[in-house]
Amino acid sequence: MSVGIVETKYFQINEEMKLECGKTLKNVQVAYETYGNLNDKKDNAILILHALTADAHAAGKHSEDDKKPGWWDNMIGPDKAFDTNKFFVISSNVLGGCKGTTGPSSINPETNKPWGLDFPIITVSDMVEVQKKLIDFLGVKKLTVVGGSMGGMQALEWSVNYPDMVDSAIVIASTSRLSAQAIAFNAVGRNAIISDENFNNGNYYDGKLPEKGLGIARMVGHITYLCEEAMHNKFGRDFKGIPAFDFGIDFEVESYLDYQGRIFVDRFDANSYLYITKAVDYFDLPKKHGSLKNAFEKTKARFLVVCFSSDWLFTPNQSKELVKALIQAQKEVSFVEIQSTLGHDAFLIEVDNQTKIIKSFLRGKEE
Amino acid sequence: MSELNYDKITNLVKENSKIIDLGCGDGTLFKKLVEEKNVTGVGVEIRQDAVVKAIEKGLSVIQADLDEGLKEFPDKSFDFAILNRTLQSTEKPDYVIEEMLRVAKKAIVSFPNFAYWKVRFYLFFRGKMPVSEALPWQWYDTPNIHLLTVNDFFDFCKNNNIKILESIYLTNRKSRSNIFIRTITNFFSEEVIFVISK
Repeated sequence: MSVGIVETKYFQINEEMKLECGKTLKNVQVAYETYGNLNDKKDNAILILHALTADAHAAGKHSEDDKKPGWWDNMIGPDKAFDTNKFFVISSNVLGGCKGTTGPSSINPETNKPWGLDFPIITVSDMVEVQKKLIDFLGVKKLTVVGGSMGGMQALEWSVNYPDMVDSAIVIASTSRLSAQAIAFNAVGRNAIISDENFNNGNYYDGKLPEKGLGIARMVGHITYLCEEAMHNKFGRDFKGIPAFDFGIDFEVESYLDYQGRIFVDRFDANSYLYITKAVDYFDLPKKHGSLKNAFEKTKARFLVVCFSSDWLFTPNQSKELVKALIQAQKEVSFVEIQSTLGHDAFLIEVDNQTKIIKSFLRGKEE
Repeated sequence: MSELNYDKITNLVKENSKIIDLGCGDGTLFKKLVEEKNVTGVGVEIRQDAVVKAIEKGLSVIQADLDEGLKEFPDKSFDFAILNRTLQSTEKPDYVIEEMLRVAKKAIVSFPNFAYWKVRFYLFFRGKMPVSEALPWQWYDTPNIHLLTVNDFFDFCKNNNIKILESIYLTNRKSRSNIFIRTITNFFSEEVIFVISK
C-alpha cells in the first residue's frame, strides 16, 4: 500500500536563523511533505531525516505518471514500518540542499543572485534548527526522529538538543562522527568538483555546470555505498560487451559508476554537495560535548540503533560506540547488527528485517 | 521443564525490579517478567534472529557477545542479572559471573546439572555423551562447552567468595528448594537455579 499522490509543500521561516558558524540566514525556506494525520495529543509524529543527497519526497508519488515513488516508499505507508495509519510522518529537505530548502543555489536576498560560495557554512546542528522551526509550525509536541547515515546524525543531534520533544530515536547505519577514511572520500569528491573547469568558484549557475567534477564525486560516493562483496555480486569482472582495448567504458562496474555519475548531475547541485559533505565531516558529538556519554546524559528518548555487517563507511563498530555510550549514560537502547552483503546502501534496501524491528520498536510509542 | 524454569525464576524476581537478562534468546522469559513482575531493563543476545524476535515482543535488547563482558554497564545498575541456561555455553563462565555480580546486586544463574543420575547412567552404560531434554545436542553441535555439576558450582562459589542466597532443584517437572544435602541434590537434580551475590 502506498500513501498515494502527495505534494511537496513549502514553509518560510520569518525570523533570522543564527548558524553555528556565527553567521545568520534570512528568509529560509523549507521543502517538506507529510503523510498520515497528527492526532489530538500531537504526539504521534515521526520525523524522517534524509541522507546526503535525498529530498523531502520520501513516499508516494507526485502524480500518477511518476515513474518512481519517494526514496523511502518501501518503509513509509499504510501498514509499513512507518505506518501512516497510526503516525503523522514528516519529511523535509535539509538546509544547504537543492531540493526546495534554502541552499547555495537559492537566491541571496542581498544580491538577487544565487548564493554560490557566499552561502554560509552549515552544520548538522543548523539542519536540525531549521527542522525544529518546521516541527513547531506543524504543531507537533512529541516526536520520533529517524534517519540513516547522515539522517542518523540528525536524529542523534535532535535527541541531544531537544530531549523533551524526542521520545524515541532510530539511528540506522550512522555514527557520532565520521572516520578519517570517510572524510577522505568526501575530500576527494569536493576536490573533483572544485577542480572542474566550469566550477568558477561556485558561480556557475548561468553557465556550464561543473558536471564532470560532480559526476566523479558521485562515482566515489557510490564506491563507498557498496562493498567488495556487493560489487562482486552485482558486477563481478563482467564486461559490457567485448574488451575494446582503449580507455573507454569496458567493465560493468565502470558503466554503473558512469551512469550513476551522469544521472546525478541532472538532479543535484555541486555547491550543495560541497556544503552538505562538509557538514557531515564536521559532525562530532563526542568533541562537542566532551564525551559521547556526556552528549547523551540529558536525552530522554528510547533509542534503536541498527547497523549492517558489511557497511565499511558507517561501520558496525561505530554503531557499537553509540550503544556503549547510551548504556553508560543508563539510557534505554536496543541494538541490532543486520547481516547483509550490501554495504552502506543496505539501509535503503534491507526492508524486511528493518520493518520488523522498527514496527516492534514503535509499538512502545503507541502504548 | 521450560515453563517450570520460567515460573521459578519469575518467583525469584521482585516486583518492579530492574533486570538484565543475559542470553535472553527470543525474550520469552524477559517478556514474562515484564508482564508478571513489571520489571524494566535490557536483554543481551548474540543471535540476530533472536534479537529481532525479542524486539518484536517490545523488549529492549542489545545484540552483543557475553564473553566480551558487560563493561559498559555501570556497577550495581540492576537489581538482578539473569543467566538462564547459558552459563555452560559461555567461553569464560567465571568472567561472566564476575561481571554479573558487578553490574547487579544479585544474580540468578541456572544450568543443566551434568551429575544428574540419568546423565551419569547414560555415560556409564552407553559410553556416549549424554543426550536428554536438558542436553538436547550431539557432542559435535552442542553449544555447551563448559558443562558443570551442582558440586562444581558450590566449589566455584566458595573459591570466589560468592554467597548462595537461594537454590532451586528441578527434576521430573517438579522443584524443591534450599536443600543442603549436597550429594543427594547433585545426584537427583536435572537442572538447578541459584540466586547468588557477593
